Amino acid sequence: MRDFSYTRATTIEDARQAALQAGSAILAGGTTLLDLAKCGVNEPDELIDISHIRGLDGISVGESEASIGALAKMSAVADHPLILKVYPAVAQSLSLAASQQLRNMATIGGNLLQRTRCPYFRDPATFSACNKREPGSGCSALGGVTRNHAVLGTSESCIATYPGDLAVALVAFDAVVDLGSRSVPVEEFFLEPGDRPERETVIAPGEVIIGISIPASAAARNSTYLKVRDRQSYEFAAASVAVGLELEADGRIVKDVRIALGGVATKPWRARAVEQALVGKALTEEVILSAARLSMEGAVAHGGNHYKIELAPRVVARALRTLGGLA
Amino acid sequence: MPRTIHLTLDINGKAHPLDVEPRVTLLDALREHLDLTGTKKGCDQGQCGACTCHVDGERVLSCLTLAAQVEGRQVTTIEGIAGDDGTLHAVQKAFLEHDAFQCGYCTPGQIMSAVACIREGHAGSDAEIREYMSGNLCRCGAYNSIVAAVRDAATTIAAGQKAEAA
Ligand SMILES: Cc1cc2nc3c(=O)[nH]c(=O)nc-3n(C[C@H](O)[C@H](O)[C@H](O)COP(=O)(O)OP(=O)(O)OC[C@H]3O[C@@H](n4cnc5c(N)ncnc54)[C@H](O)[C@@H]3O)c2cc1C
Ligand code: SF4
Ligand code: FES
Ligand code: FES
Repeated sequence: MRDFSYTRATTIEDARQAALQAGSAILAGGTTLLDLAKCGVNEPDELIDISHIRGLDGISVGESEASIGALAKMSAVADHPLILKVYPAVAQSLSLAASQQLRNMATIGGNLLQRTRCPYFRDPATFSACNKREPGSGCSALGGVTRNHAVLGTSESCIATYPGDLAVALVAFDAVVDLGSRSVPVEEFFLEPGDRPERETVIAPGEVIIGISIPASAAARNSTYLKVRDRQSYEFAAASVAVGLELEADGRIVKDVRIALGGVATKPWRARAVEQALVGKALTEEVILSAARLSMEGAVAHGGNHYKIELAPRVVARALRTLGGLA
Repeated sequence: MPRTIHLTLDINGKAHPLDVEPRVTLLDALREHLDLTGTKKGCDQGQCGACTCHVDGERVLSCLTLAAQVEGRQVTTIEGIAGDDGTLHAVQKAFLEHDAFQCGYCTPGQIMSAVACIREGHAGSDAEIREYMSGNLCRCGAYNSIVAAVRDAATTIAAGQKAEAA
């Protein structure tokens, strides 16, 4: 890891000012930043440690929305009794991520900004071609080992999967990122790679995530996060889904449903076509299966990740069965 | 010229002055600068749990923590969990009783993780222990004995707390 200087910010304004300097980077939990610095992907000159700023780690759950400070730890949010009750999919997306040690370190702001686990991206010493790291250098994944690459939202420049779990649940429930001077829906916060895969979010230099807010809804209250992966725990998703379901008073017809996918797309992926196919219908096995298939509309496989096109609809269907009482 | 910074780290209740480059991790500070080699380096990338320590009582990975980040916080390592008179911690005893290791390389990290896991209240069943200990890999595959040791230690600790409360 190349050396850098280290400064502690005491206020958000300090952090913003310092983050404007070229070569500087904000350090929160450090579980992405230091990992990538060791891989040689990040080579910051100066780290600005924001983890000692006071008052940025609050978690409050009100009638109309929940607010979570950028420095709240993943473990604190995962275990928060009201988040568990009012936003179960959000709590589960966190408790099924990483390990308890990492969840005790990692912050909600840093979690959103975690980088892809594409092995070519993470290994600059061996693979010089990576458009995300080095714009215009090519993509080593194309024609390589692609088991965990994306099938949705890819471009000719980059097929890297967005690896996070929390953002998937946030996108399902219309959460908003608070950047201080502006607020951005989480869905718009993340960008598809297009021909600029080095740009992953709309965050600008000097902008700091202050927190997130999640509107309350009946669908969020009755929600689940299902994560399927190569080992049972401590692994990124092969395919995951956040589902929230509200039924009409008759207990049969779907009134509102939210579905977002993880592990299969270049950004946290809201599956609106599936939602639309379910609203107004009674949840039967047939309805579930045909709607779930729509989650892979437009999917493109690159060799080893073809299985995701089969897997993801099954994950969606299983979560819907569980929530709809068909399981 | 490497730039060094001066830090004072609170480790196992003692103040340790230290001059290091800012990039030095807590793991390297412990092992290379302070002669506290009980904490192990496995992957150095957050993937194995061998380097698990406590910061302000919570388990974290010292390989992804800068020494500078923890100035002003309380660090506990495997060297700091036995009693002052050398009495082993309940988790240490349970690991010995259950033979919860082969080569022993992952063991300090397993024990630090288990102590916190029990304190968090995440050792209620074997399934819960497996899930909440999943951040600690064991290449020797001593998992079944590790789960048994954690379960046993959790029971011992709960009984001790009950006796104290009575
Ligand atoms: C072995 C391993 C397994 C993992 N498994 C999973 C998993 O299964 N699921 C999952 O979702 N995640 C997983 N993760 C990723 C982990 O959740 C993230 O690394 C973590 O959430 C990042 O948070 P942090 O506070 O440590 O961020 P940092 O590393 O401190 O920061 C990450 C990035 O965000 C920037 N940043 C941080 N905070 C702010 C802010 N407030 N405003 C602006 N910029 C900011 C930093 O400059 C940096 O670029 C895993 C990580 C590891 C190492
Ligand atoms: S998929 Fe994206 S991140 Fe991976 S090598 Fe190609 S350009 Fe780089
Ligand atoms: S050495 Fe820290 S997790 Fe492996
Ligand atoms: S005992 Fe050898 S790695 Fe666990």
